[in-house]
Amino acid sequence: MKHIQTVETRDMEKSLQNGGCGECQTGVANQQCEN
Amino acid sequence: MIHQYQLRGYNIVLDVFSGSVHVVDDLAYDIIGMYENSSRESIVEAMLDKYAGNPDVTRDSIGEIFSELEELRSRRKLFVPDIYENHAMDLKSRHTEIKALCLHVAHTCNLNCSYCFAAQGKYHGERALMTYEVGKRALDFLMEQSGNRKNLEVDFFGGEPLMNWDVCKRLVKYARSVEKERGKNFRFTLTTNGMLLDDEVTAFCNEEMHNVVLSLDGRKEIHDHWRKTTSGKGSYDVIVPKFQSFVRAREKAGKSYYIRGTYTGLNPDFLQDILHMADLGFRELSMEPVVCDPSEPYALRQEDLPKLMEQYEGLAVEMIRRKQAGNGFTFYHYMIDLTGGPCIYKRISGCGSGTEYLAVTPTGELYPCHQFVGDPKFRMGDIWEGVTRTDIRDEFKLCNAYARAECRDCWAKLYCSGGCAANAYHASGDIRGIYPFGCELFRKRMECAILLKLAEQGIGPLGGVK
Repeated sequence: MKHIQTVETRDMEKSLQNGGCGECQTGVANQQCEN
Repeated sequence: MIHQYQLRGYNIVLDVFSGSVHVVDDLAYDIIGMYENSSRESIVEAMLDKYAGNPDVTRDSIGEIFSELEELRSRRKLFVPDIYENHAMDLKSRHTEIKALCLHVAHTCNLNCSYCFAAQGKYHGERALMTYEVGKRALDFLMEQSGNRKNLEVDFFGGEPLMNWDVCKRLVKYARSVEKERGKNFRFTLTTNGMLLDDEVTAFCNEEMHNVVLSLDGRKEIHDHWRKTTSGKGSYDVIVPKFQSFVRAREKAGKSYYIRGTYTGLNPDFLQDILHMADLGFRELSMEPVVCDPSEPYALRQEDLPKLMEQYEGLAVEMIRRKQAGNGFTFYHYMIDLTGGPCIYKRISGCGSGTEYLAVTPTGELYPCHQFVGDPKFRMGDIWEGVTRTDIRDEFKLCNAYARAECRDCWAKLYCSGGCAANAYHASGDIRGIYPFGCELFRKRMECAILLKLAEQGIGPLGGVK
């Protein structure tokens, strides 16, 4: 049996490559990515 | 770094540097807590001892968990090391474009709220209204300074911006007339106390305003205690019907709004105020702790914290219950997007105050954000000469998730980006200080927000709500 359930989340490490466009709105946690 | 917490029957493990969220059983929760600092054999012995008599806990079941943990570690979903600190150090050298302005169109107000950080809208200065010419120059300044950024934001702020409404409308029309040829997309927002809301304002807002913030503190006795007219009369009975009418039209137009309240030491039971807002028919809600001089009688105090934590937790549970019953509402700090949230650059650099986001006074002066307006130490320049105090901008560039020694071991730093520079300044006298009370509230809100997201996905004991 599985003891650990992993929830889908944005991969923060990969966002080093696919993030940083700067088009999101100016709490950071609430932000939605516009890329 | 990981953060483990137990809340309302959930065992939650957050992997800080990958952003992964895991829901685990009791045995896995205990093993994860020891995993990085104990040998495998000592963990096995500790678990067999703790769960003695539980037939499900055997060397085999413990071994299964070790296998799962090792697999997650190899997929970089758990125990991921910090690889971002060097990126934070690069922030000072980066070129920043300005992409958002807070336009202080009115340094005056038709309410006299005693807790107002803006000193009844005048920011410790003289009453002033922004002229169309100053506003137009501010929009040109924004377009000139925004580089390749397409999305630009302008918030009409005050004081009370509806006291200078004609200028707001003319500025929107000007921006719309030039945005296409300049390759820009303006998003306008408005923050209002609602006293001057009418059908004409509503129609214009539904046409042009991306979002509108409506100030309401909750229960009538709470709201009226703080938010009085200049003649000393509570404003609740005037604004609530206006807000209800505005929100009906807004929802019909498919546009966003939110009702934003402030809670103080007078109402540490602020959950009742949020539920009152929901019972009035409002669906998009926000309630924020007052930030003020600690000597104020209404300041929140350390002894209020247990009560406040209880309120945030109760709010998450009540939101799940109401959603299940078909009358749900949103709470801004709980609206995290686990799959489409911010990238790591945004998480490190934070709100952009003083760099990407500036406040413009009625006379065209520039400040790092609306909360610094009126403090001459933070005047950065003006909309004609631009940012002349680049030293202030450089200081704000360094306000990030890695700027403060106190944040080094904090699991929430990539959610708060090091916190609010204005709050830090007012609490410690340094924009790179910290506001520990705010940190405690922020961490609790994040724990509750993650819990809510799990329940919404049907996971765990509060799941089943889709």
